[in-house]
Amino acid sequence: MTELVIIGGGPAGMSAAVAAYESGVRDILILERDKKLGGILQQCIHNGFGLHKFGEELTGPEYAWKYEQKVRELEIPVKLNTMVLDITEDKVITATNEEEGIFQIQAKAIILAMGCRERSKGALNIPGSRPAGIYSAGTAQKYVNMMGYLPGKEVVILGSGDIGLIMARRMTLEGAKVHAVCELMPYSGGLIRNIEQCLNDFHIPLKLSHTVTQIHGKERLEGVTISQVDEKRRPIPGTEEYIPCDTLLLSVGLIPENELSKSAGVQMDRITGGAVVDQNRQTSVDGIFACGNVLHVHDLVDYVSEEAEIAGKSAAEYIFKKNTEKEAVRIPITTDGKIRYTVPEVITEKKDISVFFRVADVYRNVEICVYNDKNEKVFSRKKLKAAPGEMENIPLKAAAFENAQSLRFELEVK
Amino acid sequence: MFDIAIIGAGVVGGMIARKLSGYDLSICLVERKNDVAMGATRANSAIVHAGFDAHSGSLKAKLNVRGSEMMEETAAQLGVKYRRNGSLVIGFNEEDRKELENLLDRGNQNGVKDLRILEKEELHALEPNLSENVECALYAPTGAIICPYELTIAAVGNAMDNGAVLERNFEVTDIKKEEEGYLLTSADGKEICARTVINAAGVYADKIAAMVGDQSFSVHPRRGEYILLDKEVGNLISHTVFRTPSKMGKGILVTPTVDGNLLTGPTSVDISDKEDTSTTQEGFAKVIKEAQENVSTIPFGKTITSFCGLRAVGSTGDFIINAPKKGFINVAGIESPGLSASPAIAEYVAELVKEQGISLVEKENYNPCREAMHHFREADMDEKNRIISKDKSYGKIVCRCEGITEGEILAALRTNPKAVDLDGVKRRTRAQMGRCQGGFCSPHIVEMIAKELNIPIEKVTKSGGNSYVNLGRTKGEVK
Ligand SMILES: Cc1cc2nc3c(=O)[nH]c(=O)nc-3n(C[C@H](O)[C@H](O)[C@H](O)COP(=O)(O)OP(=O)(O)OC[C@H]3O[C@@H](n4cnc5c(N)ncnc54)[C@H](O)[C@@H]3O)c2cc1C
Ligand SMILES: Cc1cc2nc3c(=O)[nH]c(=O)nc-3n(C[C@H](O)[C@H](O)[C@H](O)COP(=O)(O)OP(=O)(O)OC[C@H]3O[C@@H](n4cnc5c(N)ncnc54)[C@H](O)[C@@H]3O)c2cc1C
Repeated sequence: MTELVIIGGGPAGMSAAVAAYESGVRDILILERDKKLGGILQQCIHNGFGLHKFGEELTGPEYAWKYEQKVRELEIPVKLNTMVLDITEDKVITATNEEEGIFQIQAKAIILAMGCRERSKGALNIPGSRPAGIYSAGTAQKYVNMMGYLPGKEVVILGSGDIGLIMARRMTLEGAKVHAVCELMPYSGGLIRNIEQCLNDFHIPLKLSHTVTQIHGKERLEGVTISQVDEKRRPIPGTEEYIPCDTLLLSVGLIPENELSKSAGVQMDRITGGAVVDQNRQTSVDGIFACGNVLHVHDLVDYVSEEAEIAGKSAAEYIFKKNTEKEAVRIPITTDGKIRYTVPEVITEKKDISVFFRVADVYRNVEICVYNDKNEKVFSRKKLKAAPGEMENIPLKAAAFENAQSLRFELEVK
Repeated sequence: MFDIAIIGAGVVGGMIARKLSGYDLSICLVERKNDVAMGATRANSAIVHAGFDAHSGSLKAKLNVRGSEMMEETAAQLGVKYRRNGSLVIGFNEEDRKELENLLDRGNQNGVKDLRILEKEELHALEPNLSENVECALYAPTGAIICPYELTIAAVGNAMDNGAVLERNFEVTDIKKEEEGYLLTSADGKEICARTVINAAGVYADKIAAMVGDQSFSVHPRRGEYILLDKEVGNLISHTVFRTPSKMGKGILVTPTVDGNLLTGPTSVDISDKEDTSTTQEGFAKVIKEAQENVSTIPFGKTITSFCGLRAVGSTGDFIINAPKKGFINVAGIESPGLSASPAIAEYVAELVKEQGISLVEKENYNPCREAMHHFREADMDEKNRIISKDKSYGKIVCRCEGITEGEILAALRTNPKAVDLDGVKRRTRAQMGRCQGGFCSPHIVEMIAKELNIPIEKVTKSGGNSYVNLGRTKGEVK
């Protein structure tokens, strides 16, 4: 029996481990399939990490290193090159590596921190051929930043997620020509600072309300047809434009990597693609917690670390049976659609909490309102702008949901 | 000088090579692509048809029924997954029911076993996720599913293990009659001589036949598009669900695959370009609409990829298997049910070879069996650990979506017919075939291929030719 097993050694897994240690847990094990700790940050060699948490601009590997050092100092055991294959509801973990083969561990508590994966081309059903030269932006990032190879020279990027924006700049710096970044929506899904620093500074056109409608080329990509789309995101005939290129990078969304969570019987949120959790980041299965991109996709790693600290601390409380003494409540949170989801989705304890959420569209002059089941407004905050690319978070005092049966998050647009 | 040259390493050429490798013959299988199973065999419905479709008395009907009977044993010998999941041809109304009765009669005439019509209640109990307005179905319990490229890779591998030679990147552009046989020349000037030539070139079989002066038939391509869904929804149905064929064709089917995904398609559109396997917007729309008429709850949000195959439609309406010249055999117009019929086609062709005056002497040390490529994947934990203890590379997962290990990928790079590109690894191991479609593991597999073939990383391709994965190095060296 291991008290706490953490699946994934990215920033989420590492922060959770450190927080659990600092809360008194000593029997911790981190399982990481890669040969190094750090998760996706290892290939994010650009800066911009840690502004919020450390007040300085770090690169991805530098940010990860800060946590890796702590994990080492505290001598928290880590198994690298170890892939978790299965988790059961009773918290039996099956994993494999070269030295031990396939083995099982019984855990008292588990923290899921497996991160996310990129949506692939297959899921998009773009008509045309299927040549070489089409990559998800993160795969291209791995070729360039980790291996030193250039996957292409004449590039079109579909999707303006952050990785796509970052890669537009990276490929340009490596001597490739980025012809355009096409975005299906009328706004970008990426951070404003990335649009400024990665596209505008390099005169790379961002074509909003555009998509790739045809792929050309037999062996290697030879070009793409792009088209403008209408409000319903359907291509508008007559707006086709052919762009010769040898590479198409896709930055069309990230999907939390939850196959293991599902095998453990954890209840999922259809919108986030992650588990349904309470304020402690505990899932529907007692003693299984989730944090980081496996729970919902974050744009800033700083919030990943914060969320993971909550999960780590809560796992410690669970292990030491602290939360059984507390009064049990269950307050579900619903949203109005303009607000797409919240994390947590449910409150089970009367204490001050933070609620994270994303909005569905770009809205200006908004008021974020929280109502209880008696329709009383228990929180409100005005904002000039809310956009899907930027995760929002608000503090909620325990008093705000004192006698509530449920809470409703609404976005009022002035 | 080979005894036999087979042109085209699809399932048909592959099965013929395997069959003939059982005899004392030297065999060369030539294929224009970088790998086997790159034509129709790569992209089809993967159904072993029971045999009620083809017109009674046709070669198609005869070889389909025989092939379908042989397939289970063939698959077992080759270590290829095969599942007799049964087929349902569904009907929505009285008109469909009449047609199903015709099919039933035809099937009985063709010798298909255990066919019967199911009424609504029994049908929906058997397959609960069928759409509510499906009224009846023809049930063929002998219908089965198989993986067509796995079968072909295994057949070619088994032929090679028994001495056959595979020549890749050999596009036959000219055939000359020589005194003792034929001289085949490739697009880039390579030459091969063989006493007997077997033309199994799929959509190009008419071109090949014309090279020896046989213009008695033509082959034209008919496109079929598919959408493949995540394993998560692979058990939505357990049988293969066809629609009642109508004047508009056979329509869109829904089927589980042997690997547990859900497959829907194909469309049916005549085209002229024999290279055009592109997918289309209209194709997607048709597949989605009709598939949801069959099984209304199919979640197309779980799509992982789409693809397109070209049927080789022969001008005679039947399989064209003949010897128009001495020592030259056509195996052409092998449209559906060509996959199902392939073991029987091989048997039939062996007879034709004999008729060319070649004596078929059984090889003493012939081994019809091949170790399953998926042995590790399907093994239980103890067996896996036994394998890992001997070769630890089986303990290291490379493809996380499908759980494929380094050991399995190395085996694919080292076992006949060896994988030499990304798609080759994919078809042999399923690595890159899962929900992330290689986003995560393909860079690692590229490194493995480079190392195994001893070539620079820039020379690794997706599937041969110019399909290079990387186009150069970055500015700075990365250590
Ligand atoms: C390309 C890119 C650019 C970004 N840019 C910025 C930026 O500029 N600034 C910023 O602040 N944030 C940025 N972010 C966001 C931030 O880096 C991520 O949100 C953060 O890394 C997520 O951390 P995580 O630990 O949840 O996931 P990950 O970093 O993905 O870590 C998950 C870990 O779990 C492991 N794992 C998964 N499954 C298993 C298993 N079955 N068994 C064992 N191990 C497993 C993985 O190998 C991985 O190491 C960026 C993200 C990306 C992808
Ligand atoms: C959409 C669709 C659905 C189908 N569904 C089913 C089904 O469910 N069940 C079933 O039984 N059958 C099905 N079929 C039919 C089945 O796929 C084919 O009958 C079978 O794959 C044909 O195999 P083949 O070896 O003849 O052709 P191919 O697989 O096309 O092989 C021909 C090979 O010849 C090579 N070649 C061509 N020209 C040259 C040259 N000049 N030099 C060297 N090599 C050359 C090609 O590269 C290719 O590899 C379907 C077909 C399609 C297209």
